[in-house]
Amino acid sequence: MSGGLPRFVLRRLLYSAAVLWLVSTLVFVFLHVSPLPVERVIGGPRATAETLELIRGNLGLDRPVLVQYWRFAGRLLRGDLGDSYVNGTPVTTLIAERLPATLWLVAGAGTLWFASGVALGVLGAARARTPWDRAVTAFVLVGLSTPPFVLALVLLHVFATGLDRAGVPAFEAGPPLQEHFLQRMVLPWAALAFLMLASYTRLTRAAMLDVLGEDYVRTARAKGLPERRVVLRHGLRPALTPVVTQLGVDVGALVGSTVVIEKVFGLQGVGQLVHQSVAAGDTPVIIGVTLTVTLFVVAANLLVDLAHAFLDPRVRRP
Amino acid sequence: MPFQVAWDRLRRDRLAVASLVVLLSIAVFALLAPLWAHLTGHPYDRTFPGTGLDVAGQPRGPGAQFPLGADRLGRDVLVRAAYGTRVSLVVGVCAALLATVAGTVAGLVSGFAGGAVDALLARLMDMTLALPGLLVAITLATTFQVSSPAAGLALTTVVIAFFSAAAYGRVIRGQVMALRRSEFIDAARSIGSSDARIMVVDVLPNLAAQVTVLTSLQIPAAIVFEATLSFLGAGVPPPTPSLGSMLGEGGEVFRSAWWLLAVPGALLLATTLAFNLLGDGIRDALDPRDGAGRRR
Repeated sequence: MSGGLPRFVLRRLLYSAAVLWLVSTLVFVFLHVSPLPVERVIGGPRATAETLELIRGNLGLDRPVLVQYWRFAGRLLRGDLGDSYVNGTPVTTLIAERLPATLWLVAGAGTLWFASGVALGVLGAARARTPWDRAVTAFVLVGLSTPPFVLALVLLHVFATGLDRAGVPAFEAGPPLQEHFLQRMVLPWAALAFLMLASYTRLTRAAMLDVLGEDYVRTARAKGLPERRVVLRHGLRPALTPVVTQLGVDVGALVGSTVVIEKVFGLQGVGQLVHQSVAAGDTPVIIGVTLTVTLFVVAANLLVDLAHAFLDPRVRRP
Repeated sequence: MPFQVAWDRLRRDRLAVASLVVLLSIAVFALLAPLWAHLTGHPYDRTFPGTGLDVAGQPRGPGAQFPLGADRLGRDVLVRAAYGTRVSLVVGVCAALLATVAGTVAGLVSGFAGGAVDALLARLMDMTLALPGLLVAITLATTFQVSSPAAGLALTTVVIAFFSAAAYGRVIRGQVMALRRSEFIDAARSIGSSDARIMVVDVLPNLAAQVTVLTSLQIPAAIVFEATLSFLGAGVPPPTPSLGSMLGEGGEVFRSAWWLLAVPGALLLATTLAFNLLGDGIRDALDPRDGAGRRR
């Protein structure tokens, strides 16, 4: 184990940088081979041949591929994601405007699903093979089978009419996030949390069952410790490690669900930005968001890995 | 025969048998889509503003003319749901099979070869898992501007397969690495079997149970992914109906037209739930020791 922690950190940093480089290069390649006529999207259907040529020149599309790639990479390194084809706003500005709504959505839902997922998983494992456990398993199956938008639409259908009657301008685009913050966020939080809950419950349950089969747990039981203490103190702590790891891995999957939840509930977050850009063919925005999200994913995984390396020296091995 | 034993066990699992029956009925319903179109006289892409919409232009609910109601353009929801289910099943099954083949090959090679090949493949799989799959799929669908239904189906299937293959590869790789150290592999090597022969003849059959279970659980995941893509307008291009795009189109008026939400939503949920239940049943049947509920 030569090197230890500093070398491990360095290796993980290099790996993260490699992922970012690979993803951005792939994006460039896709863009380059895509048959989408960029100048048409910007110039509109009635642009003349000269206008189209001018747009191509402004974007540097008439230059050799390598020059284009060089400029693309240079811009990325300076944190410039380009401008929207639709209204010319810098993509970074667009993303910064939309980020708070998404972060609030994820933070609230994350707290909900992590807490209740762990609680349900512990319940299932501690009461293994009882009706409680079977109820938990059935719940997990339904959760895993429900497509995100079906649940969101059903929630909206069942509850939103009531909210409307209570005078809350429930789910229309427009009013700033602060207005009726809680009333507007409860349903999106519930929908997103329910979707993620299932896999966390299953993961916690499996990890707990493993841990509860260990010798030291049998020792703790043999010592005559109360069952509650055995499960919560001796069982839960080691069982949480894989669950926390999953949080890092799930950042990417989460983004997919947020796109859907934001669309259904009319939250003006990053997900809505993607959805609107898909409809408009606004590729710089879609690519900007993809790269930003990849950055978040890579950072989250790096943090989880580093946390593990601090806690468990075995991980530092190559 | 282990599969004979497993089949006998599966047959006694009432929940799994019920799921199988539900899936078969859904498949028959989807296969007979042209028959529904013929019986109702409503092709899936034709609009019937005269009979399907009321005087205010709102879609009519279930009735004699439209058994499951009409959508906002006055198209038949029953017929479209049947064609949409076809899309879900085709994409789900094809993507899962593709992912099975690709993931098994990657996992087998990676776990068996070890060294630099393994390091590279394992890192690639890790990277793929870290990518936001749905966003990449949306980016691809928008940049390539697919317009023909067949190309749309193919692109969606390949993208889904690509992202699920990585998850597969990791599981298979772990299995192979564990198997590689077992004595029967040493025995095969000592009688002079080549690496390729050991991989195919000795290791692969030992993975069959795992692969079957993974595939059966991958199908519902692929169906949900396709539906989500189509719901966002980045999946199979219109006018080909997909359960996801039907829900996406119905989204704004479903408070007055519940059938636009209920019909595709219920079909989608029934399909994925039945596949998941069946997958769980297959896992328990193939490996009764390891069924999650049957430890200790």
